Amino acid sequence: MVTNASNLGRSGLFDWLMQRFSAVILGAYALCIIGSFVVNPDMNHQEWKAVFESNVMRIFSLIALLALCVHAWVGMWTISTDYLTSLQLGERATFFRLLFQAGCALIICIYLIWGIQIFWGS
Amino acid sequence: MLVSIYRYNPETDLKPVMKDIEIDLPEGKDLMVLDVLELAKQKDSSVAYRRSCREGVCGSDGMNINGTNGLACITPISQVVKPGKKLVLRPLPGLPVIRDLVVDLSIFYKQFEKVKPFLINDTTPPAIERLQSPEDRAKLDGLYECILCACCSTNCPSFWWNPDKFIGPAGLLQAYRFLADTRDTADAERLADLDDPFSVFRCRGIMNCVAVCPKGLNPTRAIGHIRSMLIQHGT
Ligand code: SF4
Ligand code: SF4
Ligand code: FES
Repeated sequence: MVTNASNLGRSGLFDWLMQRFSAVILGAYALCIIGSFVVNPDMNHQEWKAVFESNVMRIFSLIALLALCVHAWVGMWTISTDYLTSLQLGERATFFRLLFQAGCALIICIYLIWGIQIFWGS
Repeated sequence: MLVSIYRYNPETDLKPVMKDIEIDLPEGKDLMVLDVLELAKQKDSSVAYRRSCREGVCGSDGMNINGTNGLACITPISQVVKPGKKLVLRPLPGLPVIRDLVVDLSIFYKQFEKVKPFLINDTTPPAIERLQSPEDRAKLDGLYECILCACCSTNCPSFWWNPDKFIGPAGLLQAYRFLADTRDTADAERLADLDDPFSVFRCRGIMNCVAVCPKGLNPTRAIGHIRSMLIQHGT
């Protein structure tokens, strides 16, 4: 068993499942948005806004936003532990890896809070 | 025929170099790469490589032949070199080179050791042997034949990036060999040992391992089975 503290759920299976679940949610959300364009091709901004102000869409958007954050974290964490290792960077690896992970975490947090403001703000 | 061989002695050389040796091939015969290497060694006896059985059984002459990992002794040159072209031999990628084509396989064996590649069964053994039905025995086909040549693991990008954490295709094939064995009673412990983000889940299903296994085995499928077992046990 290889232990690690910075992955999402401390278990490889959990991360793996989360990455797949979140991908399905994001896929469904993308289809839903593309679908709304197909059904109503000449939607204006007011109508577009109204779509996202319905409660169902707000909840769906929030779930998709959370899925995006989870997906991004698992993906970026994996990239950082593939390429930012002591094998590639020598002794400085841990510093760069933590820096990269912290940067990703920060950006993901900003996206989440900003996204909630957009979808749930008045 | 021109044979280009990777030459490196870490004790005396600053950098590895490719050295060409011209050899005469016997007419009308398709030699194996290992035969060509033996002829090259007659010209330059300092070339170092491992070999033993010369028939694809011992797994000691895994090397990179014109860009593809394989066993030199069972790879015909006609299969890897176009007529008039060079035969290019390099050590298995991603591992420390001890000398020329000889690599240090310690980390590969360490990963193999981690999966406890032996039968675990705490129940009292019967007088003669633990029996298995032919159907249960058949579950081990395609798994037990591995000769640990390391062609697969050293062809796996995930193993290159994390050779100390990702078990790699060879080790995982053996992990599944014991998970699939009905006489083994340690499934739960074995799976618990594998459920971290690296040991199994670094496999991205690239199937580089399947492409090179000289025994025609399929580590990717075994890894898929392990994943399914982890899902069954863990959800
Ligand atoms: S399928 Fe998995 S184990 Fe095989 S080469 Fe690809 S990543 Fe490595
Ligand atoms: S699975 Fe195939 S390539 Fe990998 S070590 Fe075993 S025999 Fe060699
Ligand atoms: S020499 Fe034994 S496998 Fe090639």
